[in-house]
Amino acid sequence: MSSIDYSDKIPNNVNLSEDRTLQRALEQWQPNFLNWWDDMGPEGSTDSDVYLRTAVSVDPQGWAQFGHVKMRDYRWGVFLNPAEQERKIHFGDHKGEAAWQDVPGEYRANLRRIIVTQGDTEPASVEQQRHLGLTAPSMYDLRNLYQINVEEGRHLWAMVYLLHKHFGRDGREEGEALLARRSGQQDNPRILQAFNEQTPDWLAFFMFTYFTDRDGKFQLCALAESSFDPLARTTKFMLTEEAHHMFVGESGISRVISRTCAAMNELKTDDVAKLRAAGVIDLPTLQRYLNFHFSVTIDLFGADESSNAATFYNTGLKGRYEEGKRNDDHLLKGQTYKILQVQNGQLVEREVPMLNALNEVLRDDYIKDSIGGVERWNKVIEKTGIPFRLKTPHKAFHRNIGALSGAKVAPDGRVLSEAEWKANVDQWLPTGADRAFVASLMGRVVEPGKFANWIAPPVMGPNRQPVHFEYIRFN
Amino acid sequence: MGTNELQVIQQHLIDPEICIRCNTCEAICPVGAITHDARNYVVKADVCNLCMACISPCPTGSIDNWRTMPKVRAYAIEDQLQWDELPAELSAEQLAGIGVNDAPAADDDRAAASALADPAGQQAFNSASFGASLPPWSAAHAYTNLYGPKAAEKTINAKVVGNVRVTEVGATAGADYDTHHIVLDFGTMPFPVLEGQSIAIVPPGLDATGRAHYPRQYSIASPRNGERPGYNNLSLTIKRVLEDHHGNPVRGVASNYLCDLQIGDTVQVVGPFGTSFLMPNHPRSNIVMICTGTGSAPMRAMTEWRRRLRASGKFEGGKLLLFFGARTQEELPYFGPLQNLPKDFIDIHFAFSRTPGKPKRYVQDLMRERAADLAPLLEDANTYFYVCGLKSMEEGVVLALHDIAKTASLQWDSVGASLKREGRLHLETY
Repeated sequence: MSSIDYSDKIPNNVNLSEDRTLQRALEQWQPNFLNWWDDMGPEGSTDSDVYLRTAVSVDPQGWAQFGHVKMRDYRWGVFLNPAEQERKIHFGDHKGEAAWQDVPGEYRANLRRIIVTQGDTEPASVEQQRHLGLTAPSMYDLRNLYQINVEEGRHLWAMVYLLHKHFGRDGREEGEALLARRSGQQDNPRILQAFNEQTPDWLAFFMFTYFTDRDGKFQLCALAESSFDPLARTTKFMLTEEAHHMFVGESGISRVISRTCAAMNELKTDDVAKLRAAGVIDLPTLQRYLNFHFSVTIDLFGADESSNAATFYNTGLKGRYEEGKRNDDHLLKGQTYKILQVQNGQLVEREVPMLNALNEVLRDDYIKDSIGGVERWNKVIEKTGIPFRLKTPHKAFHRNIGALSGAKVAPDGRVLSEAEWKANVDQWLPTGADRAFVASLMGRVVEPGKFANWIAPPVMGPNRQPVHFEYIRFN
Repeated sequence: MGTNELQVIQQHLIDPEICIRCNTCEAICPVGAITHDARNYVVKADVCNLCMACISPCPTGSIDNWRTMPKVRAYAIEDQLQWDELPAELSAEQLAGIGVNDAPAADDDRAAASALADPAGQQAFNSASFGASLPPWSAAHAYTNLYGPKAAEKTINAKVVGNVRVTEVGATAGADYDTHHIVLDFGTMPFPVLEGQSIAIVPPGLDATGRAHYPRQYSIASPRNGERPGYNNLSLTIKRVLEDHHGNPVRGVASNYLCDLQIGDTVQVVGPFGTSFLMPNHPRSNIVMICTGTGSAPMRAMTEWRRRLRASGKFEGGKLLLFFGARTQEELPYFGPLQNLPKDFIDIHFAFSRTPGKPKRYVQDLMRERAADLAPLLEDANTYFYVCGLKSMEEGVVLALHDIAKTASLQWDSVGASLKREGRLHLETY
């Protein structure tokens, strides 16, 4: 018998101590989670005390408690946003009915699938990023990486809580499987392909947190509309943490840009070779990384026409982004949406039933949101007086899912022949040489207040700590 | 119309250059004050209630920006949605040009607002960030805003029942560089207050632009049971304002009005204000008070309440420490009465920065001298620190606490954080 007090060890607002079944389930799962963290968590971090934010409750005071802790001892909490009294389902066929506090039998399989797919990305990204600590550009950045890692861990807890609480034995088995799959492993890979790719360097990490964690935001926002109330409340709280991850990406790239532009102005050159010799990442390389991460991430939204998407919406499992703020009938029957496809060497729009195009709707919302941040990066460039603009590539560029899968389309939207694509792809996507160059810059800098040459320091640290604060105590 | 509207606000704004449009603030705002379009996230000035729920969840700090604005000129969301960067803070001259002569002394909301406001975020040491926004656990419940723009009664009339000078300066005829102790009586009208709270006075008449004067805020200098025990009255400590922050001669509208009041006059009052700068009530609590000039008002209130409790025989333990600064002994309010308090009741240290022939001494110098006594108090969960006075003293004082902690091998990180979290360090500076 375990004598661990789980309600103490796992901060929660779900009355963990009063639910014996759930407690037993978590007692079984927790040691396996810790084993997974020891095996697949951030490399070489075991003894370090890290200045981390821990959520101990969902109110504004409680959700951001800062202090130095060992990551293994991080208090992975289970939090649901406060319940909304008499919440009603606000879209799909059940619109107007009371939100579900438990899983309706007929939607059990689909809900399980949604939760498992979301849950699977959480440990996957920890696995993808586990070597990055060895090449951190600063103690500040290393701390941010670790913060993201523990919060992805917490997000896994959030999803496993739902599985254990609402899906019985199936849920428990899925909980184990989440710890058994491994990012990039041949025989037991993670569910989504983007989560089986490596995160080889910090530029890729920043791009990943900007673009791919933003996908997370949109998926979580869509689930936060769900008729299954515990899922809606869980994902709402996860969104507050996801914000930090996107911040790390957006500010990370912004700092890289700022350092590069400073070097361009110092050296009075935009010559890539000279800039690379000066040890900074040239803007065209940044653009190629951006193209790659943008295109890979928009694939994550799934096929442009999907009957699953329609089913999830009709049955009230997954809404649209900001569903509650939209002014339409929230049923969408008979409405259409335009999707792209290549026909006779040209991109053409085709109207399809909106319900089947909901992946595309979410993708388009995401694209709008992503562009905003890229424009903010352009402002950083603009301020230094350098005439260069970063640009998100066309939606049809470098796609591997749906109707556009495999189409050869340039970043500006021109449809290309196979030969044209081959002749130009090195200008558009990171080449082996680009990746090797970026990798050559990656050396570990972890003295407090010091930064690698290729990135500018931030303005301030988390919780208003100064930049030179000792965020990590290496023991 | 609108005579009693608090016309100057600290407008809460989001820095569009730093904001990453993550939507956290909008999702967390309990009153729906935050909205967005494809370009910016913005705050509705008329909806935001300064509850600060959005501040700590913001991953970037962009949420934590504040501008002193006349309420009628607050930036509309239509303007904010167009911004690529925050507008500059209005200068004192610009504010004066639109009828704002000096900002009202901080009430709690504003103190919290400015404590959290650190526009550039580049200061290595931000003293304001250590100030608590919660009262001590044993504080009494405070009533606030019983009279004001949102209350049923906009103002309440109080009668002047006392007005005496409490500084040596001003004793000679013609010299009016002085500080007054003014007693206001509320008769049979409810106006319950606690030590550390403040009230606002509405000066009569109109300003240069023809608008009603906005209310000026002052800390209460008397204990909860009245300036005279058992009476429905309270006292204020008012220093005449004879020059502005840049040393230019200007007669402060409200302070000169108050100092010149006659017994029997009626004044319009708004308030009370303040829910965190409150004293602990449990018997073992120690109070460390650090103040300059009229910042002594709440200290006088707390000291007097403890003195009355002690005289009644109900209250034995708990130390009082006072660090009190002024330019000279002659300018220090209540100097005489303070001298008469028993030494075993309160431990008093004066600092005078302009005594001729003597080196300048500030309150933080005295604190450093008493480091050996202050260090254990910093660690003691029963000890509460109160700082009130000029803005310029705040950083020096908190830095002194920081250094005292370091010298004693305490972790300022945890000491500072627990002072804030446990409502043990209260800053009210202006």
